[in-house]
Amino acid sequence: MDPTLVGQGLLSGFLFGGVYSLMAVGLTLIFGVMRVVNFAHGDMMVWGMYLAWLLSVRAGIDPYLGFVVCAGALFLLGLVIQRGFVERIVDAPHEMQILLMLGVALVLENAALVAFGPDPARVRSPLSQGTVWIGPLFVDVARLLTFGLAMVLTAALWLFLTRTELGRSMRAAADNPYGARVIGADVPRVYAAAFGVGAACVGAAGALVSPILPFQPASGLGLSVTSFNIVIIGGMGSLPGAFVGGILVSVAESMGAVFLSPSMKELVSFGLLIAILLFRPAGLFGRTAS
Amino acid sequence: MSLLEVSGLRKRFGGLLAVGGLDLSMAEGEMLGLIGPNGAGKTTVFNLLSGFLVPDDGEIRFAGRLLAGLKPHEICRLGLARTFQIVRPFPQLSVLDNVKIATLARHPAMPIALEAARAVVERVGLGTRARELAGGLTLADRKRLELARALGTEPALLLLDEVMAGLNATEIDAMVHLVGAINADGVSVLLIEHNMRAVMSLSHRIVVLSFGEKIASGTPREVAADRRVIEAYLGEEYVHPAQA
Amino acid sequence: MSLVKLLVLLAVAMLAALPWVVGSYLVTVMIFIFFYAYLGQAWNIVGGYAGQLSAGHAAFVGIGGYASALLSMRLGLSPWIGMWIGGVLAAALGAVIGYLGFRFGLRGFYFVLLTVAFAEICRVIALNVDAVGGALGLYITFTGNPRQFQFQDNRAYYYVALVLMLAATAVVREIERRRFGAYLTAIRQDESACEALGVDTLRVKMLAMILSSFLTGLGGTFYAYYLFSLQPNAVFGIPLSVEIVIRPIVGGAGTVMGPLLGSFILSPLAELSRTYLAQSGWTGVHLIVYGLLLIAVVLFLPQGAYPALRRLARRRA
Repeated sequence: MDPTLVGQGLLSGFLFGGVYSLMAVGLTLIFGVMRVVNFAHGDMMVWGMYLAWLLSVRAGIDPYLGFVVCAGALFLLGLVIQRGFVERIVDAPHEMQILLMLGVALVLENAALVAFGPDPARVRSPLSQGTVWIGPLFVDVARLLTFGLAMVLTAALWLFLTRTELGRSMRAAADNPYGARVIGADVPRVYAAAFGVGAACVGAAGALVSPILPFQPASGLGLSVTSFNIVIIGGMGSLPGAFVGGILVSVAESMGAVFLSPSMKELVSFGLLIAILLFRPAGLFGRTAS
Repeated sequence: MSLLEVSGLRKRFGGLLAVGGLDLSMAEGEMLGLIGPNGAGKTTVFNLLSGFLVPDDGEIRFAGRLLAGLKPHEICRLGLARTFQIVRPFPQLSVLDNVKIATLARHPAMPIALEAARAVVERVGLGTRARELAGGLTLADRKRLELARALGTEPALLLLDEVMAGLNATEIDAMVHLVGAINADGVSVLLIEHNMRAVMSLSHRIVVLSFGEKIASGTPREVAADRRVIEAYLGEEYVHPAQA
Repeated sequence: MSLVKLLVLLAVAMLAALPWVVGSYLVTVMIFIFFYAYLGQAWNIVGGYAGQLSAGHAAFVGIGGYASALLSMRLGLSPWIGMWIGGVLAAALGAVIGYLGFRFGLRGFYFVLLTVAFAEICRVIALNVDAVGGALGLYITFTGNPRQFQFQDNRAYYYVALVLMLAATAVVREIERRRFGAYLTAIRQDESACEALGVDTLRVKMLAMILSSFLTGLGGTFYAYYLFSLQPNAVFGIPLSVEIVIRPIVGGAGTVMGPLLGSFILSPLAELSRTYLAQSGWTGVHLIVYGLLLIAVVLFLPQGAYPALRRLARRRA
């Protein structure tokens, strides 16, 4: 096995992990704050990708700038979904919540199918043409930029959660919803904001990924499952866990593609998921979920 | 023959010793009261006896049989039934259907199980509410239902966890009457209770638990006068109305 | 004979007479309705009654179908026999998933993910192992020979599908009347309380899972010999699992009539959408409708259409 190939895979996986982290952080935020599993997560990300595509193709806006718009749009979508649907079933049994989000996922995925067609799309950014050499390994400028921006966004999110009042309210609500109410936090508002922020993360992640990988409406499911994998490995509700998990899973997938056939790498993901579900469902960093 | 023999029962949760080396025994037909301050480990003892928790150490012998490693449903089949402190009715089933789940344990055939359930429902005084959904019952009725379900499994030993909690005086009197009748019919009862009047009047013997340790045992009169019990729990000497 | 029994017999008689009265296209739609009602009813045992949401039931269809197709193609074994072997193999996988899930205490979301993971693993394996057809899948040559589970006449498939649906419904009806059904319903509401009342919840759930996956596996053979092809993405994929799950949920999970009602409502919808909209590039519209229906059911009719209708009827009476 050529060490350069392995090194290349490691680097590539590591850089892509930035996006996985951002994606997973969004999911774990939603779960951590309101104990809702967002089955539509991957499909929201796909909409982030398609919005970036629209901006690029119709308005000539580069996705590395347009991601802000995508994040904003998905934030609004998240608010709407939370206020309109999720809030109504806050006290319902978990099965209902799962089915609701599955319904949302179906609508989102197939709306994209109807709007954009089934064929893979790709966003061309002038920045995605260049490559950079790091020692014996080379990497696309696009991947570096994606990683960099994903890191910046994650850092911004961290600041938001630790420095702003709304962010702190979110963490309080995640720890203890009743207690949060007692100290005056507007819990419904916090929930809506959390869902919105979580969706914004994944919208941005989608935009940042769009110049790197081709995508289609059907990609949603795979991305959702990957998000769950990461969040379960890292620990449901744990932000550091989602962050580290994203990088870990991305590197594992990359190594899987290098050592096994690319199509078998999915087996690695799923095998890992089953193992974690059975032996350590709380994940690496997690506390026990509901 | 001793119905229940507990020796050296021990259970630790992390740094907390919930139950520390408890010895307990019950004879057939007996009604044993288990009292003590909150957090004394009473419900933990119930969980250990009924198989919901695994003891760290010690032995539980029920009707001569060791209960080590048995699952809750197996222990129930052996004749040891329990109620939960926070009652857990099946909310979408009627009172009758709730009890039917219990009687099905002894009578796999539906019609017979249904008949047995009807009898138990009548016995506990819920006959008029048999068809009502459990989710809509008052607390007093839900407590009766919880009792009825455990009774439906035809136990030799019934563990009642604070079955009077939250009831008003009239309801408590009715419940005391019911529990007494059940015991008189031959079902041994181990009773966790905070209501002193109920415990003292019902129990043949009482065991007092504090911080996981047995600090006293004896007849209600003996226990009520015991200095350690007064300090740890009663606050002042409890005088039974009959003695006053 | 009670009124209900009379009505049921009447309905069955009408359905039996239908293919001789209506055209071939409608017969096809009815086959679709019956078959998915069958799969939904099989799912209902573990997903509805036992309350264990499985989103990976397509795996059992795939295993059942692939097993009987391969046994027929490679060993010349009649699919009528292969069908049962496929069912048993599907039940074996069901037992594994059930045991892992229940023994390790996976509930709700975690159990759903477990089922999805297994289904996806099956799909990836089928996609990549050339010995079982690989990415191209399996194609069954048309002979029209009834011994090979193939019929010239659409109407024969109609009756097979009808019998499957009725048989599954009879099984569920029987379960509901017996201790097994009572236990399932109680477990769905409070497992610990059940344990305290002498119910071996692990055993009951396992039984439900095995029965459900066995019946679903049987359906795989019908799928294979009706469509004459088995594509890994189609027969193991999430879209099929969604089709299986949505009918009982919309119709009423945990009821006998739920999957039937759900299929009678949703299957024509899906078929119409496919026929009239797919051409003009509107594929996927019926799935949007599925999604909206799912949302609507959760928000407004969480127990499904059938219980709601029953309540309405009771109020009128």
